[in-house]
Amino acid sequence: MGVKVIIPTPLRQFAGKRESVDLEANTVAEALGSLTSQFGELKKHLYSDDGRLRSFVNVYVNDEDIRYLQKEKTTLQQGDTISIVPSIAGGTE
Amino acid sequence: MKESSANNPAALSKEEVLRYSRHLIMPEVGMEGQLKLKKAKVLLVGAGGLGAPLGLYLAAAGVGRLGIIDFDAVDFTNLQRQVTFGTSDVGRKKLEAARERLSNLNPEIQIDAYETRLTSENALDIVREYDIVADGTDNFPTRYLVNDACVLLGKPNVYGSIFRFEGQASIFGYPGGPCYRCLYPEPPPPGLVPSCAEGGVLGVLPGIIGCIQAMETLKLILGNGEPLVGRLLLFDALRMRFREMKLRKNLECLVCGEHRTITKLIDYAEFCGIRGEEVEAKPLDIPEITPRDLKARLDRGDDIYILDVREPHEYQICNLRGHLIPLGDLPRRVSELDSSREIVAHCRSGKRSGEAVQFLQKAGFHKIWNLKGGILAWSDEVDPSVPKY
Ligand SMILES: [Zn+2]
Repeated sequence: MGVKVIIPTPLRQFAGKRESVDLEANTVAEALGSLTSQFGELKKHLYSDDGRLRSFVNVYVNDEDIRYLQKEKTTLQQGDTISIVPSIAGGTE
Repeated sequence: MKESSANNPAALSKEEVLRYSRHLIMPEVGMEGQLKLKKAKVLLVGAGGLGAPLGLYLAAAGVGRLGIIDFDAVDFTNLQRQVTFGTSDVGRKKLEAARERLSNLNPEIQIDAYETRLTSENALDIVREYDIVADGTDNFPTRYLVNDACVLLGKPNVYGSIFRFEGQASIFGYPGGPCYRCLYPEPPPPGLVPSCAEGGVLGVLPGIIGCIQAMETLKLILGNGEPLVGRLLLFDALRMRFREMKLRKNLECLVCGEHRTITKLIDYAEFCGIRGEEVEAKPLDIPEITPRDLKARLDRGDDIYILDVREPHEYQICNLRGHLIPLGDLPRRVSELDSSREIVAHCRSGKRSGEAVQFLQKAGFHKIWNLKGGILAWSDEVDPSVPKY
């Protein structure tokens, strides 16, 4: 399935400064695997050392949080948009 | 504290009727709504970028009691986005300047100023006094503290957060709705996400996100419309696009879930893994050189290679004529460096170059130092003509 992954601003520096990446994948795990094989530095920002998605990074398929779907096994449809949404703290200083 | 017309919360004075007339003639607000605003108590955590539009619009709208927590002073770098303050406020306490500005904007309201950091010790006592909290902080420990205090006390927390040209907004802690921990159970470890000072922010962005928070706060008070509950609003200013993600209450949430384990406030610095982080740990592992020592060695003609790990746009602001390899590019450009030479790495403040030094040490570089305090310290100690940013 052709899907689009939207890269959030804080992580773009690890993804060749891209705002989004189009790729082929049948599941969220495949999509993120393909993404991190293209951009190796992204890996440590998305996954902890034990290979689990980090808890301050949420992944959405369209507008649904994959934690409430089938997590990384969530299957994808042609044209789906995957959003990576990390927590950001900025506000004032 | 101003008590003049706050003393009769059940009616508007003639002056107030005139002041709020554009609210009063709207059926969605009207006299009933304006009196709700007058009786409302809202706490602003932080008087910075998000706090500026929040304070200005909530004061202007006639929110009867505004609490503001802040302990910073106004500096020149704030003025690009913190529109409460003027150039003549630089050096003053933010609270003092904000109180003066907001009282001038609306003398009818009461402003409570808390010159303190919000802590696990004082948070419940302060938050308890208010109906709604608007969170405009800039760090993870305070975000989790505000969240937990609001959940424990059952107060809605109008959330906004920004980074460069992207923002997030939502309402947490609304009865039956999700909280910040439902969205993000844990904060990122320090160093993994660039801070605002490193990341920068487009000045209008906190204005937009802070205005969204102000609007949601007013709607909560008025009980009108559809509040931003159960939805995470994402804003991308560059593409001028709003997107919305569904946000659910997490049944496993530690503070609001079915088997909650957090029933009182905890140590948030520890929770966020930043106990004494930069103060103690770094100088131990990373070899450093002070700007003065570096200058002395360069003047002596020593062969020292300067490595600048900032971004190209920062190099344009000012530089030490170093070789530029942004930190993010270092792994694939490491071959440009000669490990037999002495190398001093620097960035703006010494944080990124510290990471660069650690990385290069692991890559087999032994004659490498971090410029202590970065180009900022160079400007302070060696060459004041180098602009600070
Ligand atoms: Zn929760």
